Amino acid sequence: MRAILSLAWKSLMNRKGSVILTLVAVALSVALFLGVEKARTGAREGFGNTISGTDLIVGAPTGTVNLLLYSVFRMGNATAEVSWPTYEKLAARPDIAWTVPISLGDSHRGFRVLGTTDAYFDHYKYGRGQALVLAKGERFKDVFDAVIGADVARELGHEIGSPLVLSHGLGTANLDGGHENRPFRVVGILAPTGTPVDRTVHVSLEAITAIHVGWETGAKNPLSDSIDETMIRSFDLTPKSVTAIFVGLAQKGTILTTRRAINTNKGEPLMAIIPGAALAELWSVTAFAERALMAVSVFVIAVGLVSILTSILTSLNERRREMSILRAVGARPGHIFALLVLEAGLVGFLGALAGIGLIHAILLVAGPMVEAHYGVSLAGTGPGLTDLYTLLAVTLAALVIGMVPAWAAFRRSLADGLSVKL
Amino acid sequence: MTDPAIQIEGLRFAWKGSEPVLDVPAFTLARGERLFLRGPSGSGKSTLLGVIAGVLVADAGRVNVLGHELGSLSSAARDRMRADHLGVIFQMFNLVPYLSVVGNVTLPLKFSGRRRRIVGGDADAEARRLLGRLGLTDEALLARRVSDLSVGQQQRVAAARALIGGPEIVIADEPTSALDSDARDRFIELLSEEAARTGAALLFVSHDASLARLFDRSVDLAEINRARVSA
Repeated sequence: MRAILSLAWKSLMNRKGSVILTLVAVALSVALFLGVEKARTGAREGFGNTISGTDLIVGAPTGTVNLLLYSVFRMGNATAEVSWPTYEKLAARPDIAWTVPISLGDSHRGFRVLGTTDAYFDHYKYGRGQALVLAKGERFKDVFDAVIGADVARELGHEIGSPLVLSHGLGTANLDGGHENRPFRVVGILAPTGTPVDRTVHVSLEAITAIHVGWETGAKNPLSDSIDETMIRSFDLTPKSVTAIFVGLAQKGTILTTRRAINTNKGEPLMAIIPGAALAELWSVTAFAERALMAVSVFVIAVGLVSILTSILTSLNERRREMSILRAVGARPGHIFALLVLEAGLVGFLGALAGIGLIHAILLVAGPMVEAHYGVSLAGTGPGLTDLYTLLAVTLAALVIGMVPAWAAFRRSLADGLSVKL
Repeated sequence: MTDPAIQIEGLRFAWKGSEPVLDVPAFTLARGERLFLRGPSGSGKSTLLGVIAGVLVADAGRVNVLGHELGSLSSAARDRMRADHLGVIFQMFNLVPYLSVVGNVTLPLKFSGRRRRIVGGDADAEARRLLGRLGLTDEALLARRVSDLSVGQQQRVAAARALIGGPEIVIADEPTSALDSDARDRFIELLSEEAARTGAALLFVSHDASLARLFDRSVDLAEINRARVSA
């Protein structure tokens, strides 16, 4: 078999031109497949890493995915809120170590505004337990201080000290729904995280209360514009309610009992979800698109493999003479079969290897840029089992496909005998 | 060692659905004999060589090569038989284009353990020795791609390949038809010498009756083949 392998190798080297073209086709298809696969894995991990370190998310009863969507992804709206006294009772539970209350519902030029406490910066984690880092400035201290995410700063060109006008509701239009008389100021800009935090304006819970002074009925009170900044500061700005609460447990082991206790809370009904489970449930929604993407890239590989088949089949006629020489010097039809199968396998193997090299070279160069720009981490996608399996699968598929021309040559070598007249 | 190299009795062969091309009552090639088999193209000589080489199977009759009944051997055993005991030279295009000159000569050793053993350790050196005896000594020539060699040089490489590892029978199918007359006589001379040295029987097939004088014995295929083949 080693002799046949060396023959196969020399035969390929003799047809370098067409073999290299085929190799390139296979390499590109494998690189595309692995690129899609790695982007998918990276996106999935990034998605799963949107929030970490938080054991439970508590909100008013709604759907699991819905609570996750508005509390973590800042998408959609809460249908109900959790009252402040209920929040205080929850925070006081002995099995709960920390809580981060958040309040949503306003926006700044299309970016969501999130009211929270200092604890947010201490306990909100993403990725593999990474904490939020301020790229510039500091946390909010004053009622009218705001800390903005990296995308907000980049897209709106905000710097430390830039004034912000928040609008009621979620539209970008500022017609008569504005909180113009409550000017905010940027005091901090967060480093990119690749999570919805990048697209969020963070203010204190008191600020949320403050901007709604005069809006208690749900619409703007015509008199509210007469209330100025100093008056607001003198009000009691303790919030009446919060939208959701991120919860860290004192002991991880109590997660299920604590969750049950919250879900069966006497008085105001509450709902607690486990972020990991909810994220998995949400991700499964995208499984269909994911599979479609995979199917496409698998077909691209199939095209690459067919190019191996084509190149060998077209070479068969001109190699008829070569086959009969091999037969004459003692090659069995099985040897001819093996020769062509091995040629196909070699092209598949080398093509896949080149493809793997290519995609890793691309990731090495482009990975840091992608991470900085989109926050999708392609790190941890270094050569791994996926690449090994792909290499094996492509080689195996090429060997199988090689059986087609091999069979043709096998049949022919039996029929031709020793004498091929050309 | 008393069996003849080739002994044929009552051989009949027809391609599927056609008239028989071979009907040979008797044919013998003794060991070490240098036999000239004359036959015009289309006389069935290539078919006969295919049967002797064990690539084609006779419809009837006995084909005995070195004491082995080919008809009773499996196709794998016939292939092994050919690899071990037969050297073949074609009319032209004898060489595998992607192998070096030496690589072409040593090719049969890849398929025959027996010939590998006979050659012993250094196959390349044996190939060079054979090539040298056939007049191919120039290293620059040996380094060339085989397709860049002249036809005469190619045929000598093919002869070295047929002879390496001491097969008992060398079959040459019109090996000189593409050579001019000087090169032709020289080629046959070298081939005969080397075959004699290794003790191989030489079955030389050609349409050119004028070559018969260079051999021990001459047989006309038309005389031993009773099948009427149209040319």
